[in-house]
Amino acid sequence: MSPAPVPLPLPALSVRGLSVAYGREPALWNVTWHSPPSGLVAIVGPNGAGKSTLLKAALGLVPRLAGEVRFFGAPLAAARRRIGYLPQRAAIEWDFPATALDVAAMGRYPRAGWFRPLPRAEREAARAALAEVGLADLADRPIGELSGGQQQRVLLARTLAQEPDLFLMDEPFAGVDAATEEAILAVLHRLAEGGRCVIAVHHDLSTVPRAFDHALLLNREVVAEGPAATLLSPENLARAYGGRLRAPG
Amino acid sequence: MWEALAFRAGHNAAVVALGCIVFGLAAGAVGCFVLLRGRALIADAAAHATLPGIAAAFLLALPLGLDPRALPWLLAGGAVTALLGVVAAHALASSGRVKDDAAIAVALSAFFGLGAVLLSVVQALPVAGQAGLSGLLLGRAAGMTAADAATMAAVAGIALGLLLLLRRPLAALLFDPLQARLAGLPAGALDAALLGLMLLVVLAGLPAVGLVLVVALLIVPAAAARLLVVRLPAMVALSAAFGAGASHLGVALSASAPGLPTGATIVLVALAGFLLALLLSPRRGLIAAFRRQAALMAAARAAAR
Repeated sequence: MSPAPVPLPLPALSVRGLSVAYGREPALWNVTWHSPPSGLVAIVGPNGAGKSTLLKAALGLVPRLAGEVRFFGAPLAAARRRIGYLPQRAAIEWDFPATALDVAAMGRYPRAGWFRPLPRAEREAARAALAEVGLADLADRPIGELSGGQQQRVLLARTLAQEPDLFLMDEPFAGVDAATEEAILAVLHRLAEGGRCVIAVHHDLSTVPRAFDHALLLNREVVAEGPAATLLSPENLARAYGGRLRAPG
Repeated sequence: MWEALAFRAGHNAAVVALGCIVFGLAAGAVGCFVLLRGRALIADAAAHATLPGIAAAFLLALPLGLDPRALPWLLAGGAVTALLGVVAAHALASSGRVKDDAAIAVALSAFFGLGAVLLSVVQALPVAGQAGLSGLLLGRAAGMTAADAATMAAVAGIALGLLLLLRRPLAALLFDPLQARLAGLPAGALDAALLGLMLLVVLAGLPAVGLVLVVALLIVPAAAARLLVVRLPAMVALSAAFGAGASHLGVALSASAPGLPTGATIVLVALAGFLLALLLSPRRGLIAAFRRQAALMAAARAAAR
């Protein structure tokens, strides 16, 4: 009897023929892309390239014209628990009456259930997620009184508390200082080493080669994809940004 | 007034006071979610849009052989047009041709105007009992029967119970609607449920507070509580207590001075509480902010010397 074949690892996110339009303008056109099963992946491209839209359309948050999306080979409904989404900080109402710990704890409700108080162990898991992003001391601070970088890390803690296998992050470094960026990157690297996949919409091309493993260059259509260290060649950048940029470094 | 506060102003008055307290609890609690969802204007439009339904229910009761003064019947009529008003505002706003606040204002004035016309028709009729209708405009606790108070308490109690059941999913929806959808929560249904809870509170408040001012009991206690505490459960508890206290005190005050409209008295009591919170809140109050600013200015001047 031949040994059972070892299954190939499935792409964490896989989109086929995905098109999205806001009004008349297409935001994404016929995008087919398979992410690696794990590691740090950057989605880069000019403003209006459809980077955030790709994440939102994959998650069913914006309607798609056409296309198919799979997470670890399964449709969204079957993979919900394995996916964590980190929204842009500006999308949140920060005047909401909650502490940092309350927000992190929201990441535990989907598994703990919505109709009973959060068990102590779940609350401790949320506290551990806050500690992981360096906010253990601010657990009881109202979220409206946190700095922008701290708010970003609270959202990251909520996503960590969900313990997903795939992290989809919409500009996790937007508007944070260099120290916060390093702190967040360190967390992302630990996730990747633990076999998780992190796909982040990213703006700063200069950090892509050293901070990410893989990259997707997008401008409504797929321009190029491949290892982050070599993808951002002058030719590829010219194709994505229209010759206005030079390669980083 | 002290007898009324201690429930010793007679059986009927005591039952009415209890009904108003249950309403105040529900309004304060539901109001927190309405406020945080940014639905204050919609709540006001829904309240004003009850008027044509109430008047139409009165008119329909006569040929149907029903008692036109029966509160549940009138409230059911009010619920129908309130829902229509909300749907009309929503449809107008989502057509993209008018901004949200304008759409809400159009729906509010259209339904209230229609209601005022129907009310004048009712008042010209040679039947008894229309006087009760104008009580629903500004609230008249003195005219309420024990049965009215029981209706009020039942409607408000249902809203309070449903809110307690749904409070965690609703909180998740309010804080981050996208995340709530991703977690698999039925965001549309939850939003509709919140609208329903708001409508129940509005209807419960009509006999005592009246449709013109009932929105104040949804918003004022919640806004005051938000000034004082930093977590949602505390905000809901404080707002509910504040709403109940304002209702109770307002009813007792209006009972002690004949002719004082109950709704307006309750709202003024609530506003007094809100003003105190606005001035005195340690974290968000005006006095605390002024003192922090003054201390900072003094330090800056000292540093510049």
